[in-house]
Amino acid sequence: MFLINCPYCGVRDQSEFVSGGEAHIARPKQPTELNDDQWAEYLFMRKNIKGIQFERWNHVHGCRKWFNVARDTSNDKIEKIYKMGEQPPKI
Amino acid sequence: MSKNLRINNKQFVDETRKLSFVFNGKKLHGYKGDTLASALLSNGIHLVGRSFKYHRPRGIMTSGSEEPNAILQIGNDDALTEPNVRATEIELYDGLVCNSQNCWPSVKFDIGGINNFLSPLLPAGFYYKTFMWPANFWEKYEYFIRKSAGLGKSPTKQDPDMYDHRYIHCDILIVGGGVSGLIAAKIASDDNKKVLLLEDKELLGGSLIYDDSDISKIDDQKSSEWLKKLIDNIKKDQNITIKTRTSLAAYHNYNFLLARQNLTDHLSVSDRNNKIRQRLYKIRAKKVIISTGAIERPQVFHNNDRPGIMLASAVKKYIDYYGVRCGLENVIFTNNDSAYETALSLYKSGTKLNAIVDIRDNSSSEIVNQVKSLGIQIYWNHTIVDTKGYKRINKVTIMKLNDKGNDVIGKKIELNCDCLAISGGWTPMVHLFTQSGGKLRFDNKDNIFVPDKTNLDQLSIGSAKGDFELDEVLKNSIKDTKKFLQIENSNFDKINVKCSKEKEKKNIWLLPSDKPLSNTKPFLDYQNDSTAKDIKLALREGFKSIEHVKRYTTTGMGTDQGKLANMHALGIVADTTNTNMGDLGTTTFRPPYTPLTFGTIVGRNVGQFFDTFRKTPMHEWHVDKSAKFENVGQWKRAWYYPKDTETMHDAVQRESKAARESSGILDASTLGKIDIQGTDANEFLNRVYTNAWSKLQIGKCRYGLMLNEDGMVYDDGVTTKLGENHYLMTTTTGGAANVISKLEDYLQTEWPELDVFLTSVTDHYATACVCGPNAKKIINKIFKDLNLSDESFPHMSFKEVKLGNINCRIMRISFTGELSYEINVEASYGKYIWEKCIEAGKEFNITPYGTETMHLLRAEKGFIIVGQDTDGTMTPVDLQMDWIISKKKYDFIGKRSLYRSDTIREDRKQLVGLLTDDPNEILEEGAQIVKDENKKPVNMLGHVTSSYFSPTLKKSIALAVLKEGKQLKGQKLLVPMINKTIKVTVSDTVFLDKENERING
Repeated sequence: MFLINCPYCGVRDQSEFVSGGEAHIARPKQPTELNDDQWAEYLFMRKNIKGIQFERWNHVHGCRKWFNVARDTSNDKIEKIYKMGEQPPKI
Repeated sequence: MSKNLRINNKQFVDETRKLSFVFNGKKLHGYKGDTLASALLSNGIHLVGRSFKYHRPRGIMTSGSEEPNAILQIGNDDALTEPNVRATEIELYDGLVCNSQNCWPSVKFDIGGINNFLSPLLPAGFYYKTFMWPANFWEKYEYFIRKSAGLGKSPTKQDPDMYDHRYIHCDILIVGGGVSGLIAAKIASDDNKKVLLLEDKELLGGSLIYDDSDISKIDDQKSSEWLKKLIDNIKKDQNITIKTRTSLAAYHNYNFLLARQNLTDHLSVSDRNNKIRQRLYKIRAKKVIISTGAIERPQVFHNNDRPGIMLASAVKKYIDYYGVRCGLENVIFTNNDSAYETALSLYKSGTKLNAIVDIRDNSSSEIVNQVKSLGIQIYWNHTIVDTKGYKRINKVTIMKLNDKGNDVIGKKIELNCDCLAISGGWTPMVHLFTQSGGKLRFDNKDNIFVPDKTNLDQLSIGSAKGDFELDEVLKNSIKDTKKFLQIENSNFDKINVKCSKEKEKKNIWLLPSDKPLSNTKPFLDYQNDSTAKDIKLALREGFKSIEHVKRYTTTGMGTDQGKLANMHALGIVADTTNTNMGDLGTTTFRPPYTPLTFGTIVGRNVGQFFDTFRKTPMHEWHVDKSAKFENVGQWKRAWYYPKDTETMHDAVQRESKAARESSGILDASTLGKIDIQGTDANEFLNRVYTNAWSKLQIGKCRYGLMLNEDGMVYDDGVTTKLGENHYLMTTTTGGAANVISKLEDYLQTEWPELDVFLTSVTDHYATACVCGPNAKKIINKIFKDLNLSDESFPHMSFKEVKLGNINCRIMRISFTGELSYEINVEASYGKYIWEKCIEAGKEFNITPYGTETMHLLRAEKGFIIVGQDTDGTMTPVDLQMDWIISKKKYDFIGKRSLYRSDTIREDRKQLVGLLTDDPNEILEEGAQIVKDENKKPVNMLGHVTSSYFSPTLKKSIALAVLKEGKQLKGQKLLVPMINKTIKVTVSDTVFLDKENERING
């Protein structure tokens, strides 16, 4: 059970949050310009790495804000939390 | 109680409080302070159970949670009985009733004991190998295997006990109230930290508290005396919260831990009334100190499992703590110095010790010298090669070890005994450390795994980290705790500790016998009856990973989870395969450390508190009218309203007819409602729905379909334009929470530039939906000034009117195909407006209908229910709803996916109607549809999603998803059921009023 430092509310129990999968996958601005493979790349393909993974979390039972988390999947340590729209940190 | 087994010990056992209990039907006595195990032993009872596979007689072996044998059925009440309770852990109470498990007809004479003689036929993997063939016999085998599987009996009635959960936050959590944990608690408290100290026994002090040795001294006092003063000090300490009878069950990441406290299990049954039985603590600790100690290992030799064979440390505890002799003629078998403490305890209590057998060549430590000086016979460099005595040990046979320790030499010596105390060294309890993700390191000197690397703010101290001698335990605990807490000095810095030091060490994982291994039974896991032979067999058959060996042999898979067995299993695998134990690693330790009862896990979340449920403002009215309810998400929705003796079918038929012929009323308050405002609200709707919203006028409503980005239908509902930049969106009842989350996600992450605000108003409004040919007359009676003409208030439009002071939003929309008005009012007026409608509708036989009738009515019209007729694999095209996909819009959620190679396939499953050849035959929802049931394997074409008997059409109707369904209209297909095959014809999805004329009444 993680402790997550919501950038808007502070440290809260994991049960207040939901994870929204990999971060920094922007929805294509012009989906109709994409062929099937390109669209499938956006729609389905996600990384599953051992190490630092950038992912989206939502404080669903709190402020309901989305934000980004850099988490080490090998030990679940949260290395960095940063707001939506910010660039991923170098870790 | 046998007098000569109970010795005088007033310190921990209260001999003035005699308690009676019943074991296997026999009434016995013990004292307050006893465990069930110590009370049984004081009555001369060792034999308490039968092993799982071979049904061998087994006795009490330990004095703690590692007990593999003495697991009993407690209580004989259908609701309160509990299986697999360790006799070594349960405190004796007056009136305790317990029985042996896994034996029939009795523990003394057990028919299953025949398995012991069949054991050559029952090696590891016996079941896997034997019951494979022939494959279709499995169902018959399974019946018998299930019958013989499992230990004990589950209660058959609901658990009447109360359980509780509580959150605790602390600076320092200390797990284990032995000497190292107590010192750490005091150091932390002196540094002004909030300390939580957990101890699974009833008293603090661990094993040192009953140590009577005059060799080990702390600050020149007897170590137990010194410890008692420390405990008194700690009990007065305001910074330290102590929870006894509390065992740590799980250690999760981020220092989140679960602990279970026993509150009433030690009380007599009559004293437990209305008290909480157990409490689960959910602990968040800034720092964790693990001081859980170590458990003694047995030794592995032929017939090492007879009743009367016990761990040496347990024999010592039963004498020194409980004042109970485990036998009158004792033999000790050891490979280390600690068993000599047991020798001294036996000697001091005047209990006969016939001999000590030690596999080492010699030992010259202080404690061994003291034992030598007492004239006790010690057989150095000897091992036990066999034991005798079926229901209780009566003899051991020993022989000399050769130089390599892999064989025995010389002549056999027989020693009499009724209790054999064995010690194979100590294993640190690293379970919690590894549960938390910590990595272990193998220590070759002591043959133990010790804590190594961790990512958490935690520390292991004392014998849990591999320190076994008192001076090391104390000095390292003080030093490590100070470093961990970043403290310079403590009140323990000048501590002076004296103790015996062990110099000679020797360890043999599998002791040799004069017989070949195949003729011996050296047990590793007593509960699961796995022997060293089984491990070797598994290795011969090609299992290499220790995790595979464990599962194949079931070593370590009993209720004790291998607390005793695992190290020897690992050692034997390492020796056999010539591997370093450190490279071999251990099996995974998983929570809970000791079993938890389900009641503790669920706490108060039982019965009506299992989940929160939501009621509409009209709920009480439905209850008054004897409605049956169904759960939709967290909502309780009126399902149907049976009158008198009506069945569900009767009620639904009556309700449906009334709604079609005159008028019906539905509580639609549960529909999700989202208030959408902002200058970009219209653009937002265009992006989230498949259809176009730009031209919607104020006061008009529109049905919308929402997709996932993968093109699959996600939700649907009607949205009303209330004002220029103001909309009210409705969603499905079950989908409301997900829909608003999804919309917020897009607004926050993909389209932050849009000026749109979303507010969930589901609970703010109550909705009464009046429908049927007479709906207009009923609404007219309530809202006399409202112009209800089709010109002024057409289908798919909205009016805001006042009824007295109540603001009413009326939408003329229809989910039944009938003329229909939805009246939305503030929730607190919900029941008022509902009753107003009922009153006004009386003359038109207004009939309340529930969700079942609603489903029937919409199915007659072919309207889908998202989640019933769709399952996350249906596109709008699959649903034959192409009309709702805007061709003009550049983009909306899911649009690009509607022409992926997979979604444009013609042979996808598509929504169709089904009519049964026999109009009275009602299909089962979920039933499979096939074309040819004889050609095997049968090709499944699809399944029924909705099915009803329509009273208006007087025939059975169904919706189904069917491969290439659009092409199959008019085709005859089959729906095979268990005892019949139903003939159906594929039809249109709209069964009633294809021209949509009823919508205008």
